[in-house]
Order: sequence, then C-alpha cells, then structure tokens
Amino acid sequence: MSSTDSAAPRRTALDALHRSLGATMTDFAGWDMPLRYGSERDEHVAVRTRAGLFDLSHMGEIAVTGPDAARLLNHALVGNIASVGVGRARYTMICRADGGILDDLIVYRLAEAEYLVVANASNAQVVLDALRERAAGFDAEVRDDRDAYALIAVQGPESPGILKSLTDADLDGLRYYAGLPGTVAGVPALIARTGYTGEDGFELFVKPEHAVALWQALTEAGEPAGLVPCGLSCRDTLRLEAGMPLYGHELSTSLTPFDAGLGRVVKFEKEGDFVGREALTEAADRAGSNPPRVLVGLVAEGRRIPRAGYPVVAGGKVIGEVTSGAPSPTLGRPIAMAYVDAAHAAPGTAGVGVDIRGSHEPYEVVALPFYKREK
Amino acid sequence: MSNPQQLRYSKEHEWLSAAEDGVATVGITEHAANALGDVVFVELPAVGDTVTAGESCGELESTKSVSDLYSPVTGEITEVNEDVVEDPSLVNSAPFEGGWLFKVRFADEPADLLSADEYTAFTAG
Repeated sequence: MSSTDSAAPRRTALDALHRSLGATMTDFAGWDMPLRYGSERDEHVAVRTRAGLFDLSHMGEIAVTGPDAARLLNHALVGNIASVGVGRARYTMICRADGGILDDLIVYRLAEAEYLVVANASNAQVVLDALRERAAGFDAEVRDDRDAYALIAVQGPESPGILKSLTDADLDGLRYYAGLPGTVAGVPALIARTGYTGEDGFELFVKPEHAVALWQALTEAGEPAGLVPCGLSCRDTLRLEAGMPLYGHELSTSLTPFDAGLGRVVKFEKEGDFVGREALTEAADRAGSNPPRVLVGLVAEGRRIPRAGYPVVAGGKVIGEVTSGAPSPTLGRPIAMAYVDAAHAAPGTAGVGVDIRGSHEPYEVVALPFYKREK
Repeated sequence: MSNPQQLRYSKEHEWLSAAEDGVATVGITEHAANALGDVVFVELPAVGDTVTAGESCGELESTKSVSDLYSPVTGEITEVNEDVVEDPSLVNSAPFEGGWLFKVRFADEPADLLSADEYTAFTAG
C-alpha cells in the first residue's frame, strides 16, 4: 500500500509555514489542511476584491502518458480529451458504467502524448484505480504523481499583476483553462489559469521542495496588493457563490452529470466508446423529458444558515435537499445549492423554504451562479 | 489569549460575570469564538425566559457549523444583547466585552464552574 493509506493525516510541504502563520488546521480527505488563518470572511473578501493564496497540495495529480494517452482518456472519461490542444485544460468527469459520477476532474494537456489529470483528494485513489483498470489494451502509462507536486493557487483580481512580477511567462497570452510550463520566482512550475473561486487566478504546480520558496515569494510580491493566505473554509464559500459543484455534495456516484445539470461535459459525438456511454444516453433522455430533481440556488430571506442535508420544503412537504450552504459574504445573506423537484425549480418559485432544525425558513429560488465576476 | 480572572467558566465554554444584585452577564469565551470561526447568526433566549444550567437556550451559527448555546446557571433572563443579534461578529471581536450574550438572575451558582486558571488549563488539554 502507498503512504496515502496510513491513518495519520498527511501534511503538505507547507505545513510548518501554515502553523507559523497561526492557521486553524482541519482534516480534509486524510490531509491536515489550513481551514482559515484568521477570519474566513475576510479571506473570502480578499479573493473577491484583491488576492488570496491557497495551499491545494492535497489535490490528486495523475500523469497519463504514451502514444495512446489521448485515446485512453477519451475512453475512460466522458469528455473529448483528444480534442484538447496542447497547453489547454478541460473540466470533465469520470463516470461508472452506470453513469454515476466517480469524480470531477481538470485535465491539462502538457504535450501531444502527456496529460496531467487532477482529481479531488478524496477520490484520487478511486480515479487512479479506474484509470489503471481502463488502461488495459491501450499503449499508455498511468502514473501516481500525488507526491510529485505541491499545488499553490493565487486567486483574485490582483493575481495576474502579482504573478507577472515573478515570472517572464506570457500571462497575457495564457487564457482561462490554459496551462504552460514556466519559471515563477526562480522555481520551475506548471502555470495554469484555473481555479475554484469564480475569480481570475492561477494554479501553480511545483515540486514539493520548492513550495516554501514559492509561497514566500508570492506572499512578498502580493503584500502591496493586499494578498492574504486563505484556507479551505473560504474556498468553499467562494466556489459556492460561483455555483461550482463539490464532490460529495452536488456530485456523487448516485448522480449522473445530467442529474447534476452538467450534461454539457458528456461528449457523445467523440470517437470511440467510453465508459458510461449507454447509461448516460438514457440519463440525457430522462433529464430532457422527465427530470428528477434539479440543482438550484436558494437565497435566504432570514439569517439562519442552511446546511448540507437539510430538507427543502414547500406546502408542508419535502421537495428537495440542501447539498451545500453557507453565509454568502458577497450577497450578505445565507445561500445554498439544493436538489429540488422539477415543479419547484424555476427561479422565483413561490413558497419554498428550508427546514432549519424544525423551523421552516423562507428561501428564494434563483438561477446559479449566485456570483459572476465582471470580465 | 487570556481569560479574564474575574469571570467564572463552564466546560461548555461560556463565561459568567460576578453577580450584582443576583444578576450576572453570560457570553462565550474567546477560545470558543476562535473555534467557531466567524459567527454569523445568534439566537438568544427572550427576556423573561427561564434557562436551566447545562441546557440549550439558543444557537450560534458560524460559516462552518451551528452550535447550541448553554446557560451556565439556572435562572431568569433579564436582558439580551441586541447589538450582538444585529452584528454577530462582536462575538469574535470582543467575546468578553461587547460580544456578551445575555444577563440572567439566579440564586445558586453551580459548583462545577471553573476559575480562569482552571479554564485555561481545561482548554489547553
């Protein structure tokens, strides 16, 4: 068994630094990660208005290389990965044969025959096992690269300026969902313009032994612009405002991408068979004609916070369930994502509430996302 | 962080001031406020309510969690802090001062409340 299976929480290369900054740490998918350094609300606002620095080294990197790498990923994942240009990235999913979502992924094409698959920490082993199993018959190698990278994200409107001061890489030419190898603060890095906050920003994949130097350089370069270290707590409220799903909340093996309102990631038109095609074809029909529950946004009229698992109610009946909820610093009100019966899913539907520990609090049904940055 | 010497503390992380005319002020400790993170919603008992030591009498919600509020003593609520209902961040910024929660009239202080030093040791464990 690999070291990731041990019971003690894993620590990132930045662990000592987080502790020296006074971070409140939390166990997340077997990793000891910063939850927040100070006020999570202040960290959230910093990312929306200035910049925030995140340690995301828990994310699971898997390298897929070889002459059949593109064909393998087209077979193993639901997206058209062969069509991703070198230097570009794609949001996609890996499903079971029955269409259930195993994980949502970002896949970077680093070279013609070289991809980097980034899985959620909680699912990295599952994704690795599935890719290896599905690689049978393909001339491609699936490599566990979890220990090969530390991942540092700088997110927020000031992030391009901060990063520019530390690299010669052509950031202006680096589009959203693109990635290129470069040097940042003297450290070799894969520089990706991706994120999970709803803001412009970058994710920097570096060797773990370079993580501290990069973090410190970014901290120094970002200080005049108001960059602050940010924990997973604000990452969750940032992604929630941006309407981005989180595996284990909006996504699970009991849902297909169509159930989650993300059918667009499934590319039936791509060449060759792929795992889940048959079941997903049926799921697409069902979602079009007779949708089960629909993922919607809810905005509170009151101040009590909806939490994952709370029932959504209308007319005294349960019509859905909250998947994620939090106080929204941007809206100044509690918000939630929830799966609700289609009859109650239209924005503005009257009479919808959330059962907050026995009290039915009124909520407004809104279209997702709650927040979209101005470009 | 330092816990004010003149207060008494419960193991549920509430503090209780010295009683004046049988009425004392209650709040949550800085240790508890830090553990909760940003407090965003406070539900307090109503003036006139009877509260029971060790039983839930309200709620504190933070970004990540909801926690019951306990009264350290059995008695009657004489005043609640409307400022903290309006601005729950006072619990984080001034837990021992502006972030107080309610005042309670009571006869007997439970024997198991802790001194500041005892509470500091309790939370260090």
